[in-house]
Amino acid sequence: MVRVLAALIALLLPLSASAQEKVLRAVMHADVRVIDPVWTTQTIANIHGALVYDTLFGNDADQKPQPQMVGKYEVSPDRLNYSFTLRDGLKFHDGSPVTTRDVIASLKRWGAKDGVGQRLMGYVTEMKAVDDKTFTMTLKEPYGMVLESLGKSGSSIAAIMREKDAMTDPQQQVKESVGSGPFIFAKDQWVPGSKAVYLKNKDYVPRSEPPSSFAGAKIPGVDRIELIWMPDPQTAMSALVNGEIDFWENPNIDFLPMLEKAKGVKLLKTGKVDSTQGMIRLNHLQPPFDNIKARQAMYYLVNQEDFLRAIVGDPKYYRVCHGMLTCGGPYENDGGSQYFKEYNPKKALQLLKEAGYKGEPITVLAATDHNTITPATQVLIQAMREAGINVDVQSMDWGSVVTRRAKKEPPAQGGWNIFVTTTGGVGSSNPVLHTWIGAACQKGLFGWPCDEEIEKLRNAFGMASDEPTRKKIARDLQARAMEQVVYIPFGQWDVPLSYRADRISGIVPNTGLAVLWGITKK
Amino acid sequence: MTSYIVRRLFAVVPVMVVVALFVFFLLRFAPGDPAAIIAGDDATSEAIAAVRAKLGLDRPVVEQFAVWVWGLAHGDLGVSIFSNLAVTRLIAQRLEPTLALTLSTLIVTIALAIPIGVVAAWKARKLVDRLAMGFAVLGFAMPVFVLAYVLIYFFAVRWQLLPVQGYSPVAEGLWPFAQSLILPSVALGVTYMALIARITRASMLEVLQQDYIRTANAKGLATDRVLLLHALKNAAVPIVTVIGIGIALLISGVVITETVFNIPGLGRLTVDAVLKRDYPIVQGLILVFAAVKVVINLLIDISYAFLDPRIRY
Repeated sequence: MVRVLAALIALLLPLSASAQEKVLRAVMHADVRVIDPVWTTQTIANIHGALVYDTLFGNDADQKPQPQMVGKYEVSPDRLNYSFTLRDGLKFHDGSPVTTRDVIASLKRWGAKDGVGQRLMGYVTEMKAVDDKTFTMTLKEPYGMVLESLGKSGSSIAAIMREKDAMTDPQQQVKESVGSGPFIFAKDQWVPGSKAVYLKNKDYVPRSEPPSSFAGAKIPGVDRIELIWMPDPQTAMSALVNGEIDFWENPNIDFLPMLEKAKGVKLLKTGKVDSTQGMIRLNHLQPPFDNIKARQAMYYLVNQEDFLRAIVGDPKYYRVCHGMLTCGGPYENDGGSQYFKEYNPKKALQLLKEAGYKGEPITVLAATDHNTITPATQVLIQAMREAGINVDVQSMDWGSVVTRRAKKEPPAQGGWNIFVTTTGGVGSSNPVLHTWIGAACQKGLFGWPCDEEIEKLRNAFGMASDEPTRKKIARDLQARAMEQVVYIPFGQWDVPLSYRADRISGIVPNTGLAVLWGITKK
Repeated sequence: MTSYIVRRLFAVVPVMVVVALFVFFLLRFAPGDPAAIIAGDDATSEAIAAVRAKLGLDRPVVEQFAVWVWGLAHGDLGVSIFSNLAVTRLIAQRLEPTLALTLSTLIVTIALAIPIGVVAAWKARKLVDRLAMGFAVLGFAMPVFVLAYVLIYFFAVRWQLLPVQGYSPVAEGLWPFAQSLILPSVALGVTYMALIARITRASMLEVLQQDYIRTANAKGLATDRVLLLHALKNAAVPIVTVIGIGIALLISGVVITETVFNIPGLGRLTVDAVLKRDYPIVQGLILVFAAVKVVINLLIDISYAFLDPRIRY
């Protein structure tokens, strides 16, 4: 009888084998579906990558690259030769040591796929292993962004993989996610579209320096991290308030007043650089925006406050920023800000007419399912209508916008004239890492702005060796990009992180990518 | 009966072929490109094209269809474009939560709705009947997600009696398993309950007018025996039909319920796959859902013969 009762109680109670395990349950902005941070530029794949993989360098809280896997490094006086030595104790999760063969293969794969990596590899003539721990990198020109590129966060981090994984075609996803980072990916517990599980890497040897964003010691703070995907923000909010989750990366702005009042919940502003920047992208290949005058006319339709109020509402979470390089970042400047003179729809239409616009429909790709892009697009459409522009609104889900914006054909044949998007403040604080400011014509990003001067300035920035020169180039670059209307910025906002302050600590803001390994649980 | 079942099973093949053709070409002609989603926001057109080529999405649609059908013929539903995992594994991962939710909803619903319908018919046009039918109208009119949020607010956030979200597998304990299903089952079941209760009432009312019921009452049979043995059994055919239709409703209902309660089931998998244009998953799921629907229809047809001896195939 006693045995039967015991068996019944055991069945009713939750299994307690892992009761002592400290588990961080975090709801992120998206689900982990792709486990290769090089194959995609998706931020969530990079959050996964930053837990599982290590990088040679990591950016600190001031966005300065610091050695991470590298123990020591030397740069020749002419800045053409780099020598890197890996620090002691680096091991992949399968127990094999990290060698320079793994590093070189990984950098080659990353350099073939990622935009920043491609730019770096354009200057690299040779990468050579001296021994298992030391390798050299030889450049043909003294490119000044080597360490920044190797330590970049945001999209497609330079993750160091096992050589056999790194030999995978860059256009294909790696089959296994085995890195040398502070957490081990538990593939057998992975439910794509629902949950990804990471276990503490007990063999990880952290650096001795104090942690600072992606730099310094990466000390796993919990035994297990569960990245949970909750498509419904209302559910995520209730789960956080109820204590079922510990961390919610991007709470909806509508919910912030409720979260501010919730017991045990804290909101943390993500920092001055780690913000989101809004962008209106015009198609430079198709009329009327193949004409610079028509593009500049669009500045008269943008009152940033209108956009920011529609998206964010509360002024404490947004700021007007008339620049393309992140306001609050190291290269913030006023280059080209004179284009935001006034909101004047009549003037916009007049300039468009002078540019040859005769009332043809202007196709706007309007995402219907995005919490910031959707309202921003509606504000733009309203301003265009107020000006008397013939707006052809193509409403679709964001997945369809992403597909259609890649089409270079005229709007009537499935192309487009305008779409609205956003970019991360950390990446856009640096002229080289900010890919949307580029103007590499057909090889560039959607909209395909084409300007030799802009590309020259970005290269010059990469070559500059001192900060005053970089700042001057950054200003010239932004002024030129604003003149050419590479895109129209409509302000910056920073959605705070939300978490259970009564349960976890060690949240790191201002990173551009969620830093989860150092979070500890009471 | 056996020959009828065999014939019906053979008829499944053309149905599935039509479903396969329809879902494959519908997806291919719908807007959206998984390669663009995979490549991410900062990818160039060239990078997207390279991903598309590697995934084989740039090949002619007919060729893609042939590859898929060849895989199907070998029991292979393909692999997810995003996660690189087999679609069969992904469906298997999600099967338990959806089955648990559907079955618990079904059990709770039938256990409550049929008695409500029977009592309402027995006490027709009286207060009990009006209350029951008022509940039915309200239950049918209230969207699942509204009820779900109301339940979450009171039972999870305010009174902290049940979890807001998530699914606890039965292997992790019966009570956590039951806890994770109570609110979703109620939210999902109310509409269904309303439907079955109304049909049961209507069907029972018709049967209760019959002469043999009057005879049974005149013989002095107990009310419960009249209602349950004589009336309900003869009113069962339309009720079973509606239960069958209701299972199809449940399958579509789990999409919303699983999203609101964050249950990692087949409904969530379907929505996510559609939004991401993960073609192999959508195709695999639609085939599975179609097969389930066909089997349920077959079971309902067979049940008619048992419930009503006059029905012969």
